[in-house]
Amino acid sequence: MSGRAHVELRGISKRFGGVRALSDVDLTIERQSIHALVGENGAGKSTLGKILAGVHRPDAGELIVDGRGVAYRSPRDALLDGITIITQEPTLVPHRSVLENVFLGVESGIAGVVDERATARRFAKLVADTGIELAPRRPAHSLRVADQQKVEILRAIVRNAKLIVMDEPTSALTLDESERLFDLIRRLRDLGTTIVYVSHFLAEVLGLADTVTVLRDGRVVRTAPAAEESPRRLVSAMLGRSVELTFPDKEPPPADAPVVLSVRGLSRPPAVHEVSFEIRAGEILGLAGLIGSGRSEVARAVFGADRPTAGVVEVAGKPLRARVPRHAIRRGVAMLPEDRKTQGLLMLRSILDNVTLPHLDDVTRAGVVDVLAERREGGELVRSLDVRASSPKAAVTTLSGGNQQKVLFARWLFRTPKVFIADEPTRGVDVGAKLAIYELIHGLARQGIGVLLISSEHEEVLGLAHRVLVMRAGRIVAELEGDAMSEDAVLHAAFATERVA
Amino acid sequence: MATRTEALEQQVGRALRRLDVAVVRDYGVVIAFVALFITLSISSDVFFTWENMKNLSFQTAPIGIMAVGGTLVFIAGGFDLSVGAVSAFAGIIAAKTYVGTGTGLWGSLIIGALAGLGCGIANGLLVTVGRVNAFIATLAMAIIVNGVAQVITSGNLVSVEGDRFTTLGLGTAGGVQYPVFVWIAVALVCGFLLWLTKFGRYVYAAGGNAEAARLAGVRVNVVRATTFAVSGLCAGIAGVILVSEVSTAQWDANRGIEFDVITAIVLGGVSLLGGEGAIWRAVLGAFFLQMIGNGFNLLGTSTQWQYVIKGVILAAAVSLDAWARRRRA
Repeated sequence: MSGRAHVELRGISKRFGGVRALSDVDLTIERQSIHALVGENGAGKSTLGKILAGVHRPDAGELIVDGRGVAYRSPRDALLDGITIITQEPTLVPHRSVLENVFLGVESGIAGVVDERATARRFAKLVADTGIELAPRRPAHSLRVADQQKVEILRAIVRNAKLIVMDEPTSALTLDESERLFDLIRRLRDLGTTIVYVSHFLAEVLGLADTVTVLRDGRVVRTAPAAEESPRRLVSAMLGRSVELTFPDKEPPPADAPVVLSVRGLSRPPAVHEVSFEIRAGEILGLAGLIGSGRSEVARAVFGADRPTAGVVEVAGKPLRARVPRHAIRRGVAMLPEDRKTQGLLMLRSILDNVTLPHLDDVTRAGVVDVLAERREGGELVRSLDVRASSPKAAVTTLSGGNQQKVLFARWLFRTPKVFIADEPTRGVDVGAKLAIYELIHGLARQGIGVLLISSEHEEVLGLAHRVLVMRAGRIVAELEGDAMSEDAVLHAAFATERVA
Repeated sequence: MATRTEALEQQVGRALRRLDVAVVRDYGVVIAFVALFITLSISSDVFFTWENMKNLSFQTAPIGIMAVGGTLVFIAGGFDLSVGAVSAFAGIIAAKTYVGTGTGLWGSLIIGALAGLGCGIANGLLVTVGRVNAFIATLAMAIIVNGVAQVITSGNLVSVEGDRFTTLGLGTAGGVQYPVFVWIAVALVCGFLLWLTKFGRYVYAAGGNAEAARLAGVRVNVVRATTFAVSGLCAGIAGVILVSEVSTAQWDANRGIEFDVITAIVLGGVSLLGGEGAIWRAVLGAFFLQMIGNGFNLLGTSTQWQYVIKGVILAAAVSLDAWARRRRA
């Protein structure tokens, strides 16, 4: 069709309540290219993708598709122009088959009666074209996230999508699955599809994209061919200043520091098998491994969120049999859960309400909350952790991801714990907040708290922890310390090919 | 320059529209309440008089009391369909105790109210320990309690002789009927619980995000069960008030009243999804509902239409809430 430009944005602006998500964005996306949008969380990259796909309507500006001005009112409108979006969470009908999900809404047939044979033929052709292999009759809920995404991609192709927006598609994938997704994305581009790829994994973006646009605070910093960019250049563009992603200097705990958490033979099949480890006061113990290797399950079993079937947990030398989290909390164990929105925060309530929730006994007299004491103690903590908010009474929904995470840190620091379990403490937070959280974790260790750090970002575990355990298939398969701690060693242990029973 | 002004106008317009939606969502019931109040005051000479206001409060009290208790259940993420049956049951227990056992008036009434509390505790256990969906659990409870009420009365009316039994229902202080004072007291106590106590915080936490609450050490099941117990107690109190007004108890007396209660709560703007809401909303919602009926009577319009209007307003209130939520998300 007309020229190289597939989509042009001119002066696009968008606000959500008091937050300016995008201001005056100009951008040209070329046909048949992979165009990456990068930036910190809250930089506006997802919003931009959603405006393209008709999920959000811009407040101002023009959207020009195939040389024609458009105003999408819904994703359906965008789809008519061949534009669709695949988000982080697949949106399939869980109990229907792959086949039904792919052709949902565009079934072959007459008068509403689905022609099974024609549909099967179409599916076979689709598989041949894209190289995506999926069992057509399997119910969608039984697929892994990576395969569910493939279903979404097939669905997009079936709907004649000419431009697919992918919003953080690899956040729930293993490295191997990601690589295969990249191959597929390249093949789609070569077949004529335009891909807009939203991500904050810079290495991934540089390996995949043709063009990279950096966003900061809702504005375009620059658009350049990926070949001209480097991770360092991208980071400094995202931050607006030159910084190095460095970790604080490690301060190992004294040799005679007492053991604050001891776990022996902890099991909860099928996720956890005979896990044993110790953490000393002031020590940061890293727990690495692939997603699904059982790291979070170990944390949950220690904390009493799930009940282990076997094993002994001791806190400061005394046995802890936590049947519910309340028991663990009373003994000085704190856990920052994996997903702060579904497991951590009360999104509609205020920062203070969230901070004091586990400690209301301490600010309550005869059942009545002493709001002044709460505000005094909690407010001070919130300030000292540098939570950026209009007031401690502001609702948590209004905060950015990094500040929300800090609220959860404040929750568990309201009363100093003995053991602090941090499960993915920096997931979905921006670079600036990441550094602050690293400092916080170090601060905890300095105070003599034993920290169990779980993270999918291996460099984070290696950069922060004094010692690293690697998990695979529910077992601890390696313990790395000192010079042995390297990304290579972690990956080797995490990916080892021999079967673990 | 012209385009600049236009852009500014556009922006202001948008801001106003957004403001509208937010305000209408949060304070829609207040706006509608005030509008209806003013309309009725203008169109009827009788409406805004001490006498009518007093009667209006008196008539609203039983539903208002139950709506206050129900609000706690709603905020904790539950639902209580049993209040109609439970209130009738409580009335029967009170009347039977008074007539049959020689227990004093207040003793009988308290025993009746405690019967409601018992039903509420049973609801709470069914929902938490029994893991039955709140809708089904309280529906089952309503059926059971109705059945028990029929059995113990053999399906007959229980009449109480003498005027003394109506002391609670019809007695007055300073010209205002006792049920109004009871309603105010119940609302104040529940409002206090919700706003200022640890329990109140836990109620919001349990309804807003049960998993997060559990991981923060909150005994979510205990909190939820307690809200059902409070709702049961409120139904019991409302039940003895209703029976004391007419001196007769009947097993199917308050059939359908649970829907008025739920309507009042939802009209007030308490979210069906839990985690949000306030006692004043239920109070205002109950008043609003009663005002529609009162208005119809005063203006002499056909009373059949008031059900249509109530239904339409309820649907509109929920729809508005959902739209505003979408806009905000």
